[in-house]
Amino acid sequence: MKKCIISLISVFLGLVAGAFLMWASGHNPVEGFVYLVQGGTKSISRIGDTIATAGPLILTGLSVAFAFRTGLFNIGASGQMLFGGFCATAVGLTFDMPRPLLLLSMIIVGAIGGGIIAFIPGLLKAMFNVHEVVSTIMMNWISYWVVYYTIPAYFKGTMETESAKLPATATLKSASFSKMFDGSYINLGILISIISVLVIWFILDKTTFGYELKAVGFSRFAAEYAGISVNKSIISSMVISGALAGLAGVIHYTGNASSIQIGVLPSQGMDGIAVALLGATTPIGVLFAALFFALLHAGRGFMGAMTEIPPEIADTIIATIIYFAATSVLIERIIDNAKRRKSAKLEMKEEK
Amino acid sequence: MEYVIEMLNIRKEFPGIIANDNVTLCLEKGEVHALLGENGAGKSTLVGMLFGMYRPDGGVIKVQGKAVKISNPNVANELGIGMVHQHFKLVHNFTTTENIILGIEPKIGFSVDTKNAAIRVGELSRQYGLDIDPYAKIEDISVGMQQRVEILKMLYRNANILIFDEPTAVLTPYEIEELLKIIRNLTNEGKSIIIITHKLKEIKAVAKHCTIIRRGKYIGTVNVDTTTEAEMATMMVGREVTFKVEKTPAVPKDIVLNVKDLNVMNNKKVLGLKNFNLEVRSGEIVGIAGVEGNGQSELVEAITGLRKIESGVIFLKGDNITKIPIRERIKKGIAHIPEDRHKRGLVLDYSLEDNMVLEIYNQPPFAKNGLLKKNKIREYSNKILKEFDVRSGEGGKSMARSLSGGNQQKAIIGREIELNPDLLIAVQPTRGLDVGSIENIHKRIIAHRDSGKAVLLISLELDEILNVSDRIAVINHGNLIGIVEASETDENEIGLMMAGINKDGGSDI
Amino acid sequence: MDIIFQVFPYAIAFTIPLLVTALGGLYSERSGVANIALEGLMIIGAFSSALSLKLLPNNMLSVWISLGIATIAGALFSILHAFASVNLKANQIISGTAINMMAGALTIFLARNITGSGNIRIPGGFIKVDIPILSDIPIAGPLFFQNTYYSTWLVLLILILFSFVLYKTKFGLRLRACGENPHAADAAGVNVSFMRYWGVMLSGALSGLGGGIYLVTFSKEFNGSVSGFGFLALAALIFGQWKPLGILGSTLFFGFATTISNVSQVIPELAVIPPMYLKIFPYIVTLIALVIFSKSSQAPKASGEPFDQAKR
Repeated sequence: MKKCIISLISVFLGLVAGAFLMWASGHNPVEGFVYLVQGGTKSISRIGDTIATAGPLILTGLSVAFAFRTGLFNIGASGQMLFGGFCATAVGLTFDMPRPLLLLSMIIVGAIGGGIIAFIPGLLKAMFNVHEVVSTIMMNWISYWVVYYTIPAYFKGTMETESAKLPATATLKSASFSKMFDGSYINLGILISIISVLVIWFILDKTTFGYELKAVGFSRFAAEYAGISVNKSIISSMVISGALAGLAGVIHYTGNASSIQIGVLPSQGMDGIAVALLGATTPIGVLFAALFFALLHAGRGFMGAMTEIPPEIADTIIATIIYFAATSVLIERIIDNAKRRKSAKLEMKEEK
Repeated sequence: MEYVIEMLNIRKEFPGIIANDNVTLCLEKGEVHALLGENGAGKSTLVGMLFGMYRPDGGVIKVQGKAVKISNPNVANELGIGMVHQHFKLVHNFTTTENIILGIEPKIGFSVDTKNAAIRVGELSRQYGLDIDPYAKIEDISVGMQQRVEILKMLYRNANILIFDEPTAVLTPYEIEELLKIIRNLTNEGKSIIIITHKLKEIKAVAKHCTIIRRGKYIGTVNVDTTTEAEMATMMVGREVTFKVEKTPAVPKDIVLNVKDLNVMNNKKVLGLKNFNLEVRSGEIVGIAGVEGNGQSELVEAITGLRKIESGVIFLKGDNITKIPIRERIKKGIAHIPEDRHKRGLVLDYSLEDNMVLEIYNQPPFAKNGLLKKNKIREYSNKILKEFDVRSGEGGKSMARSLSGGNQQKAIIGREIELNPDLLIAVQPTRGLDVGSIENIHKRIIAHRDSGKAVLLISLELDEILNVSDRIAVINHGNLIGIVEASETDENEIGLMMAGINKDGGSDI
Repeated sequence: MDIIFQVFPYAIAFTIPLLVTALGGLYSERSGVANIALEGLMIIGAFSSALSLKLLPNNMLSVWISLGIATIAGALFSILHAFASVNLKANQIISGTAINMMAGALTIFLARNITGSGNIRIPGGFIKVDIPILSDIPIAGPLFFQNTYYSTWLVLLILILFSFVLYKTKFGLRLRACGENPHAADAAGVNVSFMRYWGVMLSGALSGLGGGIYLVTFSKEFNGSVSGFGFLALAALIFGQWKPLGILGSTLFFGFATTISNVSQVIPELAVIPPMYLKIFPYIVTLIALVIFSKSSQAPKASGEPFDQAKR
């Protein structure tokens, strides 16, 4: 409850900061926000696009949140996502199978790809206590360069900087789904995201496995004392976290897009940290936070077209929200103070 | 009489509790004044105000007769008040000199003048008989030596009033003797000293006056020479204390734990336990006596599986458990009340309910097919919480973090005893508890013995070891010095053994 | 041999911004505040340097002024991190991440408002110079004193100065104490919050300078990123075990490894190695180094942990 309020206040403060920036740079904030929201919700197809944009964000957010709940800071979701998407694309471009089977293999291979990239930091953390923040950053660059050289060498498309386009049957696109949303690029990927939210919620809250992972996350030493295999837990939660990011790559590169570009780390990786934090690291919270950020992302193009406001305002707002969420102690203090003042006032009234 | 410190009618409240209520402490020049009280009685709060860590809500503090406001430790330093903390405040990879001058560094040009500072440190060290190497790194010197660095830090700052917070807790009997000597030296040189402690013997040995507080209330100040230990203990606790635990003689049967030739490394990568042998039988309590850091942790962690061993064998009920994982050992019947309840004993951000099944969450009836059965867990935990009188805000739903230290400890003890283990390893089970809870827990441990189980008790409190154990194994520098029957020994003998001198008069130091 | 002479200036150009930023990170971590915001602070530095160069006349003095502005901007922006870490005891990694994101987004936002495109090309930048007399020394001359930037010498001076401050002065002693055991520092009357503010702001200043140097010697165009230099500096800091000389070594390693992988195609001896391996080589070495150092890590003990006076 309190966490929810903190998240909402952070969002509010972030929006205020965004409004201030728009105003300070000589734009009309009201206009900006109206177009920003309209851009993401104006029509059914735009709503569909917003939901589709949320798909990878939900998964990277879930990835970071899951790691966080189990005591790990996965700052490498970008690399895991890129590599997962790359693996899925490779499967999609290489094999000729019946569609359901092909899609299923792409999803599984994508998850495994993300998992492998996260496995190494997990292993190093468990065996040698290497801090995962640095090792996942290193893995980001490693996957960046591997993809950078492998795509042109084996999966070259029409341009030097991107892979060949996946055939329609090897993507998550669904004509009927798209039709339902009036031609939006929404696709089956969003289902993967929602299923993942449910699965992760179930694992964390209902299973003995989740109990173990959280125990290790909260207190490595108490978990060890209780006979829980700490190393196994660290590695598994890192791999699961990476697999989720890998899935984000699958739905981003083979659902929302149908080819993979080299030379860029997907921004959803870092945004995932923001999503996880704003969602108070709970699966359900992540779902809503991702939808909100997706709205900002999806609407900024429209805002850019209708006004002179640079679209980066959306990212600035997100970053500000995260800063406020990170410094939520301040907000908490203000809430507590307000409560105390309120109760003090009540007491004074009663005394009178 | 001239007082250097007068703390008059001091009152201090924290949210929810009154830590000090009308407490008065007056320190004469050149005396050693003991401050006696149970854990949580408010001793640290009282001296904390003298050292500027808290501000009093009521009352007056006078230094050399003048009323003062000590708003932070720097003010205390300027008034000549210095504190030797229980947990040393030293930077591990600095030299002793660097630690001593930190905060008041002498300078030559732009750089710190460590050379002259080291000379001064050496001089002070000689003057008070502290024997400190000015260039040694903190991480390379013994705990006793580190304490002397803390003392010298105060002397370097020209402190005339020194506060010692539980200074002997971490020292060997020999080091305690040395410290008491140093304290006498200091008073001879005109320093005045407040010593916080709950060890009556040490008060008898060095103090002139003793101020006693109980649950935040001022009980009185006595002249140590004319007051017996028993009288002071009664004042501290509020009723007569026997310090004797009622129990019937042990009826030891089969060997439950058998440790053979155990060698274990400590955190500094040297042998912390050397060729250690020990047997614990069902129906008996074996106590391990020793000064902190002499191999107790290594022994416990080796038995429970938390630490790898170098060589040796551990048998539990005849089975070799040397190489099996922690979880298997728990299943075979080892329960462990850990030394550090915050680090090991509880997952502080889990609810009490979840904590009560920390070792058995995945066994029926608490789990089935990998799914937790939350109502079974709740029933079980409520039973333990009730039986061991664990008090918390929201019962089993409370976060473990929100409980008081004493209640956390009771919850852990309840959880471990409820496992009904063949071997119960209790490390410092009563640390931080009040006398009532201590008696209760001692009874539980003895009842566990009487039900035919084995108990290994590790404690730094010699009284606890002597009163609760049936046999006592004494450990020093990782060596087993000897094993004696609790009924046939006394504090002096154990004390000598703790210093490494065994019954035959030999010494291994 | 010729290759080395050719590669050397490029490697140094790569090393220098990395070195000064890592040195900044060192000051922050040694004061007890983990700082993964180095990347964002560099971006701020690069941006403010680019902006001031655009507004100032095109000459050498402007370049120096722009570096000064970058330094100040970095220090000011880092207050956000200091405030979150010191006053609010926030999770330092999250705060750092937020600052990284904010720097990236905010600078492009501003750049777009100013130039319309989000990129700022700078007119000049530093020109390579030969140091008189010294550059005539055989071997060492061409290696060290020909084709160098003035900023290189500035950074080396800063390295010497900051090493001296860290190890020899009152300020350094106190700073290190706060990073190792803030309770000890506090008990000795050192104001831990004050020292940590200094640590973080110096790291902001040096990272800002690093970003500025990156711009005027390396990229010559601001585009909202410093291509991961900040993160690399962080890795170099750990690789260098939080010691000034250590980070000099590790940043040189990164400088050479990266430059070699960039030019490998034109050097016959290296062209046989697939470029991918050369590109990922520094990162793999870093991972291995992390493993090797894990047993004897010299990390400041209290780095990353908020100082709470109540906890003892």
